[in-house]
Amino acid sequence: MGKIYSAEQSKNYNYKVSDSTVKFLLDYSKALDVMEAEGIKFESNLN
Amino acid sequence: MDVQLEDSLLVKRYIAGDEKALEILIDKHNQRLSSFIYSKVNSRDITEDIFQDTFIKVIKTLRKGSYNEEGKFLPWVMRIAHNLIIDHYRKSSRMPMFNGADSFDIFSLMGDDKLNVERQIIKDQIDSDLGVLVNELPADQKEVLIMRIYRDMSFKEISENTGVSINTALGRMRYALINLRKIIERNNIVLTN
Repeated sequence: MGKIYSAEQSKNYNYKVSDSTVKFLLDYSKALDVMEAEGIKFESNLN
Repeated sequence: MDVQLEDSLLVKRYIAGDEKALEILIDKHNQRLSSFIYSKVNSRDITEDIFQDTFIKVIKTLRKGSYNEEGKFLPWVMRIAHNLIIDHYRKSSRMPMFNGADSFDIFSLMGDDKLNVERQIIKDQIDSDLGVLVNELPADQKEVLIMRIYRDMSFKEISENTGVSINTALGRMRYALINLRKIIERNNIVLTN
């Protein structure tokens, strides 16, 4: 019975998101700044 | 090297400021996560959006120091993606789209399938009663039932998240339903709408 439920999951889509999406995430990470003041964390984007 | 250990090391390196570690993490899980999202939404554009939103949440959580899922990075990321997929379907069901077909009929979008006030109150009461009944179940059965019914997770995902086999998860779900029926019968509870 387990095979029935895992059948859909095992479809091989072989899909990867585009390089531009990955680049956006890496740029976003570099630009993200997290500051902490009086126990509260603030995030700001330096772009 | 163990895959999960490697993830945890990459996470530590990223939290310590190594941006390259994030690039490795994304690249490492790109295909598995993208394919998972694509298998659920069947759209390349929406897959890109959900993948992006998933990793934005990941990045924020790691950078804020809120991550505490030691050794379980990928299941955690998959759970975030899963929740975003559910959000996507919730939003799209609230926003019917005109697909531009010649046979477009405005009345096909104007149906009112909302519950009236009385039925909504009854439904809320049933949901609330059911929540109390679910709390009576043994913890392992309750966990599987909540993941399956309320979080819409597949048994494979439940298996991965709970660390038990799919058959065990299926068994727990079965016993949860049997026990719920017993509780309902024993207490003469009527759940109907």
